Amino acid sequence: MQGSTADQNQADIAYAATVETAEHHSEHPDLRLFGFIVFLVSESMLFLGLFVAYFAFRVVTPEWPPEGTEELELMLPGINTIILISSSFVIHKADTAIKQSGDVKAARLWFAITIAMGATFLAGQVYEYNHLGFGLTTNLFASTFYLLTGFHGLHVFVGLLLMSTVLWRSRVPGHYSETSHFGIEATEVYWHFVDVIWIVLFLILYLL
Amino acid sequence: MTEAQAPHLEEVEVTPWREYFSFSTDHKVIGIQYLVTSFVFYLIGGLLAELVRTELATPASDFVQRETYNELFTMHATIMIFLWIIPTLTGGFGNFLVPLMIGARDMAFPKLNAIAFWIIPPTSILLLCSFFVGPAAAGWTSYPPLSLMTNKAGEAIWILGVILLGTSSIMAGLNFLVTILKMRIPSMTLNDMPLFCWAMLATSALQLVATPVLSGAMVLLGFDLLVGTNFFNPAGGGDPIVYQHMFWFYSHPAVYIMILPAFGLISEILPVHARKPIFGYQAIAYSSIAISFLGLIVWAHHMFTSGTPDWLRMFFMIATMVIAVPTGIKVFSWVATVWGGKLNLCSAMLFGMAFVSMFVVGGLSGVMVASVPFDIHVHDTYFVVAHLHYVLFGGSVFGIYAGLYHWFPKMTGRMLNEFWGKVHFAMTFVGFNICFLPMHVLGLQGMNRRIAEYDPKFAALNVVCTIGSYILATSTIPFVVNAVWSWLAGPRANSNPWKGLTLEWTVPSPPPVENFEEDPVLAIGPYDYGTPKALDFVAATLAPAPALAADSLE
Repeated sequence: MQGSTADQNQADIAYAATVETAEHHSEHPDLRLFGFIVFLVSESMLFLGLFVAYFAFRVVTPEWPPEGTEELELMLPGINTIILISSSFVIHKADTAIKQSGDVKAARLWFAITIAMGATFLAGQVYEYNHLGFGLTTNLFASTFYLLTGFHGLHVFVGLLLMSTVLWRSRVPGHYSETSHFGIEATEVYWHFVDVIWIVLFLILYLL
Repeated sequence: MTEAQAPHLEEVEVTPWREYFSFSTDHKVIGIQYLVTSFVFYLIGGLLAELVRTELATPASDFVQRETYNELFTMHATIMIFLWIIPTLTGGFGNFLVPLMIGARDMAFPKLNAIAFWIIPPTSILLLCSFFVGPAAAGWTSYPPLSLMTNKAGEAIWILGVILLGTSSIMAGLNFLVTILKMRIPSMTLNDMPLFCWAMLATSALQLVATPVLSGAMVLLGFDLLVGTNFFNPAGGGDPIVYQHMFWFYSHPAVYIMILPAFGLISEILPVHARKPIFGYQAIAYSSIAISFLGLIVWAHHMFTSGTPDWLRMFFMIATMVIAVPTGIKVFSWVATVWGGKLNLCSAMLFGMAFVSMFVVGGLSGVMVASVPFDIHVHDTYFVVAHLHYVLFGGSVFGIYAGLYHWFPKMTGRMLNEFWGKVHFAMTFVGFNICFLPMHVLGLQGMNRRIAEYDPKFAALNVVCTIGSYILATSTIPFVVNAVWSWLAGPRANSNPWKGLTLEWTVPSPPPVENFEEDPVLAIGPYDYGTPKALDFVAATLAPAPALAADSLE
């Protein structure tokens, strides 16, 4: 398809039509992103179930947290929260870079920074675990605390794996471009999801 | 049927059987893989049921030990639910039919589809292997604290198995949702979709929303069992009722996951064999959505005797009874569809009509147990066992059989033997009713379920039930022999043996790898039987393949 921009538009429309009809069985990005968001809906239900269980346990337990449970420090998780929330903005810059100018280099940089921030968050969580005055089986409060934060930490870890995969793949020139960047987009959506879950978790566990 | 063997039939290759043992991403192969694997587990689960019934033939526990009895009924239910009905209806029929019905070449995510299937065989072997260490014995509900006290190794395997099968189920649900919403041919709106696709849409939404909560419950239970936390153990301050809420938040919708696709199959089968347009297309379609929504908010009706407060019981009682409305809409629509039709009483239709009648029995006893006072009377008695088997066997399994008879020609390119099909139907129908009808009476008289020994006054009816179960078990023999023989050497089927109007009948039997050579165009609504258009449509599907027709014109 050569010629003027008008021709190019025609070609684009023709291409879109082929994607819509003749090749609608292949996995085109729209489909994958939609599928990924549906997956995250399912993931939200997992967390929703655990959150509701948390409140149910809280309601049936006479004292919450039970007598003698060490108070949760707010300092470290507070810093962790700030790191995680800001990392959402960082990863969004990667997405913007690839979408607006196809700048893979910039996207790689922003992804690397997000990985560093996510890793810091996880390190902070491990540090917190090591310095808490209660263990997994101390009481119901402690168990729910470790389970909820642990489940979230697992999701952060998976996010790190996803971002590393994107970094690994983007070493091939042209793997991600202005028009083809599902991996970057999905990872970003996932990371925002993990972030939102953490905000809810932080509210429930530490502040409420 | 066989008389319509056009010469072009020889052109169509029957899929080589080795294909079905390969890691294929073709939705048709995966669908049949699901169907065959699940059927094997149906036979295994049925064998366990026969052991249970044999034990119950006499009041004393003389055939198996009490502990063994607990293991048998636990594994029977687990296998039937997680390895037979759900994979067959969603994975089997859904995979095979949905892309064909909406004119797509495959599912939205073919690899994910294959992964979802291939989780099942290793997991099911794992579950069966738990028999070597003593399988889970706390019932398929695995209520703590009982489940934390008996057969720990088996329970751990059970938990792992349920999580894995749940993952597979979520993957499949996701795939169907995206496929149905995004992959229809451009000319097909949601309101032009065959009703089976509507049913699968509602089912997939349930799988996506409800299953993760079960996984959450299983993780907590697993921690209690293996790590020593006390989420559900009252001895350590936990609350077993929370488990029941989480468990039923999945497992009540699960009964709709097990019945909605069967509703869909029946909505396809009845109009074809009655040669009449379906009555109330939109009512049937939207009632599926209504059922799946209502199904999500009624779980606590399983917990009327668990100390649920009165105001909550009232809510769940009313919400549960409301489900009878959309379900009734479906039943009346089916009856109106068949009413005055020119019925073709083939095996598929017989199973289809048996489905409607038997499901009504199960549905009515369902409304009965939905009411709090009645439920308190019959809770954990054989009335509940009768109710659930009328729904799951009289409903889901009859629906599955109807579907198998109806789409066997499309799947294999061969016709099933009708005579043995009818023998199969008669034995199943009679055996089923002899087995489960007396259980209503047993339940009303107060016979508890899940116990190996019972009061001798229940002995007579139990013998009847056991005899019925033997007839039921024997009835699978003609089906298996018929299916295997027909698949290998049955008469070749043409592309549209039942003269159906949905898109899967426009392609050869079995369909080629790419399904459609070019995107099909909707020539006719899926249920416009009895119109001149329908005659043209059927004639076109029975005519030689387009390529051959073009040749002969030249």
